[in-house]
Amino acid sequence: MRFTTSTMDLMPLQASQPFDPSKYRYTGPNVQPRQLPNTRSQAPITTGTSVIGLQFDGGVMIAADKLGSYGSLARYQNIGRLMRVNDHVILGCTGDYADFQFLRDIIDQKMIDEECLDDGIVTRAPALHCWLTRVLYNRRSRFDPLWTTFVVGGLDDDGKPFLGFVDKLGTAYTAPQIVSGMGGHLATPLLREKMDGQPPLSEAAARELLIRCMTVCYYRDCRAFSKFQIATLKAGSIKIEDDLEVKGDWEVAHFSKEHA
Amino acid sequence: MSSIGTGYDLSASQFSPDGRVFQVEYAQKAVENSGTVIGLRGKDGVVFAVEKIITSKLFEQSTNKRIFTVDRHVGLAVAGLIADARALAETARTEASNYRADYSAPIPVRHLADRLGMYLHAYTLYSFVRPFGCSVMMAAYGEDGPELFMADPSGVHFGYYGCSIGKARQSAKTEIEKLKTSELTCAELIKEAAKIIYVIHDEVKDKEFELELSWVGEHTGGRHQLVPKDVHEAAERYAKAALEEDSDSDEAM
Amino acid sequence: MMSVQTMQPGARETAAGGPRQRYFYPYADNGGTVVAIAGDDFVVVASDTRLSSGYSIYTRDQKKTFQLSERTILGSTGCWCDVLTMTKVLRARMQMYRHEHNKAMSTGAVAQLLSTMLYHKRFFPYYVSNVLAGLDENGKGIVYHYDPVGHHDPGKCYTGGSGGALIQPLLDNQINYKNQENVTPEPLTVKKTVSIIKDVFTSACERDIYTGDAVAIQVITKDGITEELFPLRRD
Repeated sequence: MRFTTSTMDLMPLQASQPFDPSKYRYTGPNVQPRQLPNTRSQAPITTGTSVIGLQFDGGVMIAADKLGSYGSLARYQNIGRLMRVNDHVILGCTGDYADFQFLRDIIDQKMIDEECLDDGIVTRAPALHCWLTRVLYNRRSRFDPLWTTFVVGGLDDDGKPFLGFVDKLGTAYTAPQIVSGMGGHLATPLLREKMDGQPPLSEAAARELLIRCMTVCYYRDCRAFSKFQIATLKAGSIKIEDDLEVKGDWEVAHFSKEHA
Repeated sequence: MSSIGTGYDLSASQFSPDGRVFQVEYAQKAVENSGTVIGLRGKDGVVFAVEKIITSKLFEQSTNKRIFTVDRHVGLAVAGLIADARALAETARTEASNYRADYSAPIPVRHLADRLGMYLHAYTLYSFVRPFGCSVMMAAYGEDGPELFMADPSGVHFGYYGCSIGKARQSAKTEIEKLKTSELTCAELIKEAAKIIYVIHDEVKDKEFELELSWVGEHTGGRHQLVPKDVHEAAERYAKAALEEDSDSDEAM
Repeated sequence: MMSVQTMQPGARETAAGGPRQRYFYPYADNGGTVVAIAGDDFVVVASDTRLSSGYSIYTRDQKKTFQLSERTILGSTGCWCDVLTMTKVLRARMQMYRHEHNKAMSTGAVAQLLSTMLYHKRFFPYYVSNVLAGLDENGKGIVYHYDPVGHHDPGKCYTGGSGGALIQPLLDNQINYKNQENVTPEPLTVKKTVSIIKDVFTSACERDIYTGDAVAIQVITKDGITEELFPLRRD
């Protein structure tokens, strides 16, 4: 009804007089003013920076630092942004920390529901990745986005390493190396240099490369932090190292005039 | 039954002149027709054992389970109508999930029993609903140690050291009372529970049954789970051996 | 002066250098190019494999073609999250058709369905550029081109995506003999078509930063679908 014009008034079904086109005036669509779109979640508040993920021979590794930024303020200095979903999936989150916690609780409950059914069916990384694309896409389509980027890691149904990316729009892809946030500009070249067109990395080489990337991010990304975590997933095991720290080398600072 | 023909048994919302709600009593009858379920609260956890009557040889093994996991730490065992029980288990899961969402902590079973009791009770108050035809036992192991609760179709619920529901609840209760449950461990209780189910099973009336066993305790890290295959088999062997010993001594007399 | 950031939708500057307000923009341009050329008894569909966001390359290994049936392939580029969702819904709708009618959809039917689906989101469109290619009921190659809200046009050869504007005029000239005089049209062969496709992609990625890495070329004939990967520059 909202979009019907007022011609009904001008042309009643049983007209007492013949319709005179010269008297007809189009009054435009009779549109009611619509409710304003909601403006929640239009900007992130407490944020986490880059998440770096890579595949190695037989598994995946994801790293993220432990800083929760409040704008440019380094507000929370010991919060984890990596999550062990179940025995088969790990993930890391860039962006709004509240949105991450919201989704983390939902995923946790999903896993409890799944365990309760006890039918032997488990969520693997490709399934969770796909589910996240649908959740994030639906929220962006409602103009109420979850301001996050996820890096999901695990093994696929054939036991091969899986690494997937999803952002707040629902943009998704899989790749052997994925970096979200500012690290996308800083760490991706380092990863591609060591991985493109070469055989899969060993676990040790992957870990070393990941730490190198975290170091570079710490040097150059103002929202990065020295303390970080690494989650490693292999067939049948997940390990989350919680107390890692970038050993920065600031010796070069002496060569800078401002710092001399 | 005395109530038949009196007209006071057609609705859950009407008392009989002597102060009874017959619909609820009929629901309790439904529970009494069911296979026996026992729960034993030991010193380091709780065990459940269910005598699941097999009404057809065509049923697949281990289907129509009577033991549910409600949350990681809560087990739920039921006697009565299985369809009602499933609906109740789903309600319990929702309660547990809501509690987690609100407080990001596992729901205390005491609280869950309370909530589920209220839910059962709500179905005894109105003429347009029928009470649930099942009793449920809930168990968990947490900060307060092992806990076991049972709620019946009227919504009444208590905490128990040992509990039995279903058709052979009386003889099962007698058997449970012989045990010092709170001094026993889950490993010991699971065997005793299996034995009780085998002892109280009436071979004449019901031919086949399947034994279901689950536990929650210190050794499972506070998680409720069906017992592993080897433990299940060992418990079943123990039960059968005890049963044969009994019949041997009977013959000797 | 406009910084790179303010040029992107989603960032807005109030006064020169003043505080910036971020508002949510639900679309992204993830680049990519698709080309489809139809012959008398075949059709060739190709897409590059680069997925980008701004100056970043997300992955060098993402085809933009979606095989919908034994004889129909969709090439789809633009806002990648819309591409993923639209193809998911389209596949579901085709499955429903299969269950209801007990047969696979013809290319023409898919073409109409896709148009209807796009128009249904007329006021919050899928921001995508679609090229649908397939064999019709007579085994003849056909290509449909779409705008984001469902306008479509059947033809012989179409391109879509970030490199589309660069490639289309060249194909018009080479395939449809536009702006050529006194030539006798020769029937297209698969070999010639594939060769032209390699050339147009090589050229497009010289000028378009959102096209590159490799081109995946798929050929549909009555005997089935073959695929070839041809490398492009990766810078």
